[in-house]
Amino acid sequence: MPTKVEKDSLSGVDTTGHEWDGIQELNNPLPKWWLYVFYVCVAFSLGYWVLYPAIPLGKSYTGGILGYSQRDVVLADIATARAAQGAYRAKIDKASFEQIEADPDLLSFAIAGGRSAFAENCSACHGAGGAGGKGYPTLADDDWLWGGKADDIHTTLLHGIRSPVDGDTRLSEMPKFGVDKLLTAVQIDEVAEYVLSFTGRDTNKAASKNGEAVFTENCVACHGEKGEGMREVGAPRLNDNIWLYGGDKKTLVETITYARAGVMPAWGSRLDPITVKQLAVYVHTLGGGEK
Amino acid sequence: MSTTTQTHGGGDEQVPASLFAAREKVYPKSVAGKYRKLKWIALVVLLAIYYVVPWIRWDRGPAAPDQAVLVDLAGPRLYFFFIEIWPQEIYYLTGLLIMAAIGLFLATSLAGRIWCGYACPQTVWTDLYVWIERKIEGDRSERIRLDKSPLSGAKVLKKLSKHLAWLVVAFLTGGAWAMYFTDAPTLVAGLFRLQIDELSLIFIALFTSTTYLLGGWAREQVCTYMCPWPRLQGAMIDEDSLIVTYESWRGEPRGAKRKSQDWDQRGDCIDCKACIHVCPTGIDIREGLQMECIGCGLCVDACNEIMTKISRPLNLITFDTHNNQVARSHGSTAHVRLIRPRTLIYGLIIVVLAGMMVAGLVFRPQLDISVLRDRAPLFVTLSDGDIRNGYTFKISNMTRYAKDYSLRLDGVAGATLAVVGQEDRVERIDLAARPDTVATYRIYVRAPARALASTSTPVTFTLTDKTTVGRGAPEEVDYHSVFIGPDK
Repeated sequence: MPTKVEKDSLSGVDTTGHEWDGIQELNNPLPKWWLYVFYVCVAFSLGYWVLYPAIPLGKSYTGGILGYSQRDVVLADIATARAAQGAYRAKIDKASFEQIEADPDLLSFAIAGGRSAFAENCSACHGAGGAGGKGYPTLADDDWLWGGKADDIHTTLLHGIRSPVDGDTRLSEMPKFGVDKLLTAVQIDEVAEYVLSFTGRDTNKAASKNGEAVFTENCVACHGEKGEGMREVGAPRLNDNIWLYGGDKKTLVETITYARAGVMPAWGSRLDPITVKQLAVYVHTLGGGEK
Repeated sequence: MSTTTQTHGGGDEQVPASLFAAREKVYPKSVAGKYRKLKWIALVVLLAIYYVVPWIRWDRGPAAPDQAVLVDLAGPRLYFFFIEIWPQEIYYLTGLLIMAAIGLFLATSLAGRIWCGYACPQTVWTDLYVWIERKIEGDRSERIRLDKSPLSGAKVLKKLSKHLAWLVVAFLTGGAWAMYFTDAPTLVAGLFRLQIDELSLIFIALFTSTTYLLGGWAREQVCTYMCPWPRLQGAMIDEDSLIVTYESWRGEPRGAKRKSQDWDQRGDCIDCKACIHVCPTGIDIREGLQMECIGCGLCVDACNEIMTKISRPLNLITFDTHNNQVARSHGSTAHVRLIRPRTLIYGLIIVVLAGMMVAGLVFRPQLDISVLRDRAPLFVTLSDGDIRNGYTFKISNMTRYAKDYSLRLDGVAGATLAVVGQEDRVERIDLAARPDTVATYRIYVRAPARALASTSTPVTFTLTDKTTVGRGAPEEVDYHSVFIGPDK
């Protein structure tokens, strides 16, 4: 509590009147430069209140006489950027994938747009850079379920895989050999042994021999005689080193018993056509694209 | 400065003087003499260097600027005649700055603050500004009278024309500074057409205003309060350094000479204060070496004028060492010792640094690569079981010629390389880089899984300059990286 303002005997300056345990505070004036800077700031803020948006009024605010709005600035920036991209976007729209990839400018524009769209929409499942994961195909390798040409990738992107909302979606179904009692447990085990032999891995020779007959009867139609797969129905190659869910015996048995049916959304109804095209180019250039 | 004392409360306790001392304006008087002449020469030479250098042309071929000294921030390159520094080589600038600092130490330990007195931009421009002031307002006494006189048309005219002249000099200074960062003829042409870029304009404005403020208004306060060097220089000066000294042993007792006095009964100093009046920092050198003294020696010139008039020995104020002064006050002479441990050490550091810089510049590589491994995905398993890693290559071709390179990889048996865009998988790939640019390539390295002993295999990329083959040993650069495969 302010008690008594008095002149300090040593410095000749008034005290503030505050005292704590005998210690008093001097009331020295503020430095002049500080005070003037403060006045300038006050004048500035008054001007700012008048010119710029300043005071919230419930649901609205004082707009300021300059009518400045950061949102308008952003919208204008976006419109400017779109206009600047316009020529490229028009070209992307018209050009074939061969034409896009043959033109370095167009290609880098497509890749740049594709990269950001990929990070936003695709990398949650396919990983950054298309690294993939269990059940989510690696997009940087040379193994493609439904085709690795740019046009194939574009189709997959537009319509998705087993998409419930797109009539043109890529569709196929692997029978649930175990669950639906199409094969016995022993047959499943034998056919798994046979599949292992495609890639030259150690197998039970006798079981594998028995499995060949089961494979011929049940699997060849889609996966091919030597497990070379069939892209028309998205049937994976079984004679390579890339396994979407795992290539060990246990996982193979699980796959044959329960079947697999991965789903990818149809992006044609979610993204604009030019972005989808840019995405196709981006994925095609990740390292495994086919000509 | 007057000390104000207050008493209060009837007691007789004294209140100490205010801690704030207002600046006392310095009115340096004009002087002629040896050191003044040296100072004029330094001023003309340094200003000439400053204003002429940006106009020197240096042909570097069609793709590069032809300005001899240029800091190209957008480039980004630093050009100095035949030397071109890339941003990653900025340590040459660091080396140069260290050499400059040690050079300052050496000069100070030899001859005191000659940098401050003769070569520092603050000294040079202050000198120029004082010269302009003297031309317009007159010498010391006239300037003092003018400042004390009431406001009048003549006073306003003089002050206005002085500040205008100062501003013109400031603008020329700022403009010349911008010339070091952009093509000088283009900039000047742009100034006349009022077409110059914002950045140049900002820098011209900045240097115009700082030159005007520091040269016209702040002057010796920059040296006394803003600059750290006066506070450090004591550490470089010893009793064998040449410093501006008042020979108190023969100057004292000082005082105006009466006719009746004989020179034998008194000191040589007649207390005319000429040394104080010419001092650009307004100090009295007779009080001894002090932080405010910039070592310019103008007081030596002023005193010698007086000594000549009264026919006493010259150099009552002199550039001399402490040891010499002690010896002379006893009637003997000590010689000046230039070679001392500290000057030797400073000199040695400068020589070693200069040697390292020259060697570095002569032997610096004209080719540099940096390699960024792909991190997403770390590696890709291909359908035949091979493992593929992706790398982004940046090749810095620091020459003026287009180059062709050949890249190979060591460390993984059977590994093949491919450039994105070219399908061939080969052991050596050809890459090219345009003159004075950084070329970027995406490289895929593919290796059989069985060739990989562990998750991470060290590999070495070797880039060979094919264009120098046949003209001496081909330039080669190695880059050590790793090849990542699945867990073993």
